[in-house]
Amino acid sequence: MPSLSPEIVQSVRVFIAENFLFREDRDAIGDHESLIEANIIDSTGVLELVAFLEQEFGINVDDGEIVPENLDSIAAISGYVARKRAQEAA
Amino acid sequence: MRVEDLLIESARRAPNKVALITETRQLTYDDLDRESDRLAAALHRRGVSRGDRVVLFLDNCWEAVVAIYATLKAGAVFSPINPSTKVEKLAFVLRNCRPTAIVTLGRLLPVAHEAMRSAPSVKVVVATGAGGRDDGVLDLADAILSDAEPVARPAGIELDLAMIIYTSGSTGVPKGVVMTHQNIVAAATSITTYLESTPDDIVLNVLPISFDYGLYQVLMALKVGATLVLEKSFAYPQAVLNVAEKYKVTGFPLVPTMAALLLQMKNLKPGALPSLRYLTNTAAALPPAHILRLQELFPHAKLFSMYGLTECKRCTWLPPAELGRRTSSVGIPIPGTEAWIVDDDGNRVGPGVVGELVIRGPHVMKGYWENPEATDKVLKPGPFPWEKVLYTGDLFKMDERGFLYFVARKDDIIKSRGEKVSPKEIETVLHMLPGVREAVVIGVPDPVLGMAVKAIVSLEPGAALGSRDVLRHCSQHLEDFMVPKSVEFRQELAKSDNGKIDRRSIAAEFTEAAE
Repeated sequence: MPSLSPEIVQSVRVFIAENFLFREDRDAIGDHESLIEANIIDSTGVLELVAFLEQEFGINVDDGEIVPENLDSIAAISGYVARKRAQEAA
Repeated sequence: MRVEDLLIESARRAPNKVALITETRQLTYDDLDRESDRLAAALHRRGVSRGDRVVLFLDNCWEAVVAIYATLKAGAVFSPINPSTKVEKLAFVLRNCRPTAIVTLGRLLPVAHEAMRSAPSVKVVVATGAGGRDDGVLDLADAILSDAEPVARPAGIELDLAMIIYTSGSTGVPKGVVMTHQNIVAAATSITTYLESTPDDIVLNVLPISFDYGLYQVLMALKVGATLVLEKSFAYPQAVLNVAEKYKVTGFPLVPTMAALLLQMKNLKPGALPSLRYLTNTAAALPPAHILRLQELFPHAKLFSMYGLTECKRCTWLPPAELGRRTSSVGIPIPGTEAWIVDDDGNRVGPGVVGELVIRGPHVMKGYWENPEATDKVLKPGPFPWEKVLYTGDLFKMDERGFLYFVARKDDIIKSRGEKVSPKEIETVLHMLPGVREAVVIGVPDPVLGMAVKAIVSLEPGAALGSRDVLRHCSQHLEDFMVPKSVEFRQELAKSDNGKIDRRSIAAEFTEAAE
């Protein structure tokens, strides 16, 4: 597994903590924990997350990319953003 | 006919047909029948007997489907509970229906155990992924893999209780809707009749099975011998559409929030999902513009607008052929039932007059569990001395042809994401937060949620709470769909002449602003 960009992980973590994560053990959320299964994010939350990623990282998220493989954990998001940035810079 | 007989019959007709598809497993009718037999036997051996309650605290997983039929085969009564339910509410449910057993997910065991501390009735705990524990929790997979012979089914008839399903009440205290086998079979038969369901159907369900609309997708698919594709959520519409395409689904039940999310997808083009035979909508009305766009996207699918409440499962359906002429109607009574509108004195009113909708039929619940006072408010004498009819609490009118139109609710219940939300229940939680002096919860129009839950709060002098503090507190005590989307702070909340918080006038500020 490629190493995660600490910069992306940190900024996604802050966004999730501020917007969705109301539980007490916010630091305990694992990089690979499913955000859906942990009840952290729902369907409207996913759309807010997508809007945040587009703005924060200057990427365009296609509808077809809004799938759990890309977005359902901090690690997945970080990997997805890094791939998109590389693609869009190319 | 009892509910489990519907599965047994389907399994006898087509044992090798795929009954259930989830992300992790596919089960044939024979698998489901045998595994529910074994879990029933395990429950029975541990002391679950006829009439006992079994709480199913599960998400949309195959184990939940097995557990429903296992409970019924053990002669017991199932009560499905939303997996986002927090400790206090689960404890309330456990104290209220006093189950002998609870079936849950491994990850929810801490919540279940905490809730059980005040609920001594629970003797048996079954959980998924609980293998290797030494605390008495029975692993669900172990239970259904055992070679033990299924026990003889306890005698039971269709008048027995089958299900208790909790619904939000305007008083803020959940009420358990009590349904017999006969009630459920009647509702399932009526609905599959007008949907023209067949064994060839492949139904995609993303609605929680703790919600009757989701639950009945299971019961109805297995009744007709169809295939059910069970998904855990609609958080990723694209992923769900991929599943729909992969399995060539023919039926797709929606609530308006899902329709709004689908219609926001830019890459969804007309003619998508060519195998789709029908879409259904209930819980709240679809905006007419959304109806038109759904018809454009899925030109081969019939769209059924429906209306119902947990107390009788479903009340009305609009034949799809009428959709063009009567776009805003929820139609006519479902087959085998009756509906009419009454004024405040209980007299029937004619076309065009607004009154309360009354429902009569074999689908009407037997009452609220151990709550005769609440029961008497909604079940009232019918045309025969032995019969009760259901007063829905919803205001309707009828056109000249007898088609029904929803006007408004008589109480303050908010419909958000298709779920009933009790403002009182949320206000009670808000008042538990130190620093909150007054709180009122209202619904404000929202393009995706239908109504978004909004909390308006005034604070004690010197209290320093921000909206995040309020939301965090709410999410620790309420199911996800009840957590407010926004919080507004005010010095003072508007009062009516008798000094009570004037919910209606506060809500009206937002409704008018949206118009």
